[in-house]
Order: sequence, then C-alpha cells, then structure tokens
Amino acid sequence: MKISCEEASNICNRSQYKEAGSWELFKLRVHILMCRTCAKFTKQNTMLTSLCDRANLNTLSESDKESMRKDLKKHL
Amino acid sequence: MVLLEKNMAAYELKPETWVDQYADYLFNYAVARVSDAEIAKDLVQETFFAGLNSAKNYKGDAAERTWLIAILKRKVIDHYRKINSKKGKAEVRMNYNANTDSDGDWLEEQVADPFSRDGDNTLENEELGLAIQECISKLPKKQSLVFNMKTIQGMSTEDICNELGINPSNLWVMIHRARTALMGCLNQNWY
Repeated sequence: MKISCEEASNICNRSQYKEAGSWELFKLRVHILMCRTCAKFTKQNTMLTSLCDRANLNTLSESDKESMRKDLKKHL
Repeated sequence: MVLLEKNMAAYELKPETWVDQYADYLFNYAVARVSDAEIAKDLVQETFFAGLNSAKNYKGDAAERTWLIAILKRKVIDHYRKINSKKGKAEVRMNYNANTDSDGDWLEEQVADPFSRDGDNTLENEELGLAIQECISKLPKKQSLVFNMKTIQGMSTEDICNELGINPSNLWVMIHRARTALMGCLNQNWY
C-alpha cells in the first residue's frame, strides 16, 4: 500500500499519458495526502499537461528534421 | 583594438544547431499563420536558407531566435503575396444581411464579433505554445526528442522504445527529467 516518492512520481508521470492503472492512481492519492513534495509535483505536472494541451503544439517529425539538417549542411 | 571591441557582436550564428534549436519553434509560429503543415514546413526550410544566405548581414545585436523569426515573418508575408497574385485581384465580397433592418454600423457589426473572445484566446495560446517550444529547445536533445514523441505526437511507449532502442524505464526517466525541467522553465511566466 505504501509507496516511495520515486514510485509516486513515476505513477504521476505515467498518469499524464493515461498509462497508470486505477490501483496505482489510488496509491498515488494516498501518498499525496501524506507527502507535500509529491502533492506539489503532481499539481505542477498536471498543470504542465493542461498547458501543453491548450497550446496546441506542433512538431516536425524526426525525418523532416533530418532532411532539413542535410539540406542545411549542403549549403554551409 | 578599440574598433574591434566596438564591433564585437553580442550574439553569433551557429547554423549547425538551427534545426535542433529552432525548427519546432519556427514551425509552430508558421502553422499558426498559414494553417497548413506542409506549407509551414517549407517556410521554415526557406527561412533557414535565407538565414544562411544573409548570415554576413547578421550584426549580432539580436538573438538568433529573434533574427530567424524576423526572416520567417517576411516569408509568411511573401507566401500570402504569392497566393494572392495567383488568384488575380483579391475579390471583395460583402453580404449585407437583408433580414435585419438595422442600418448604420453594419460594417463594424459584421467585421468584429464583440461577444467572441476567441481572438484573445488564440493569441494567448500561441504565445504559450512558443514559450513551451522555447523551453523544450533548452532540453538535452534526447530528452526533447522523447518528450516530443510522447507528448506532441502522442506516440505509444512501445513504439518510441522500438524506434529509439531504449527500454520503458529509460523512457520514463527521460520523460521525468524533461517534465521537471519544463515545469521549472515555464514556472516564471505561466504557472
């Protein structure tokens, strides 16, 4: 039932990507009640997720970047 | 010697780092303006080339990022000029809604929707997006790569591990470091 802070942060990270099980989430909640550091971490981490969602981020794929790097090198 | 010191630039260009440092940042900026990923990608590419070609004109009084964004802005404008000239003359079409019998400020009524706050939000979200990208570009390369794949492209843990040849616990360590760094980086302005 009791988990370490390391485990708590791990569950928290995975939960940001919906990859934490419900039993894990429950253990995280209990841990947060007792641990201020992890409570703060969880709050900020969740906030980061919502900021990223809101920002509608785009990224170029690695293959696009690789071809850009090549083209740029040719012109250097 | 005095002359030399006077001409010392505060910033210098490092084109070999451009793609890693600025590609996503510029891409976000471009996508927000042309709403087409392919065109945005080409504009970023053109921006890098134009940057190289005019590198000798770079005086070092603005940061690389600012300088590249200025070039990209020109490219976006050029892009719209080009598609406008293709279309021929811009066509202005106005439909006055005949069903309402209000007269007077009809143009203003149609141009701006005073009840819509969409405009403000879009602007703020774009600013947020650029702030996040700037923070991501400060991460070590491997971390930013994993973070991008997981968070922005929404790839599954398994796929990323296969593609990068790492195991899941490596992945989560990198995600943890990246997220912690991003929280710190964004903290000043966005929390």
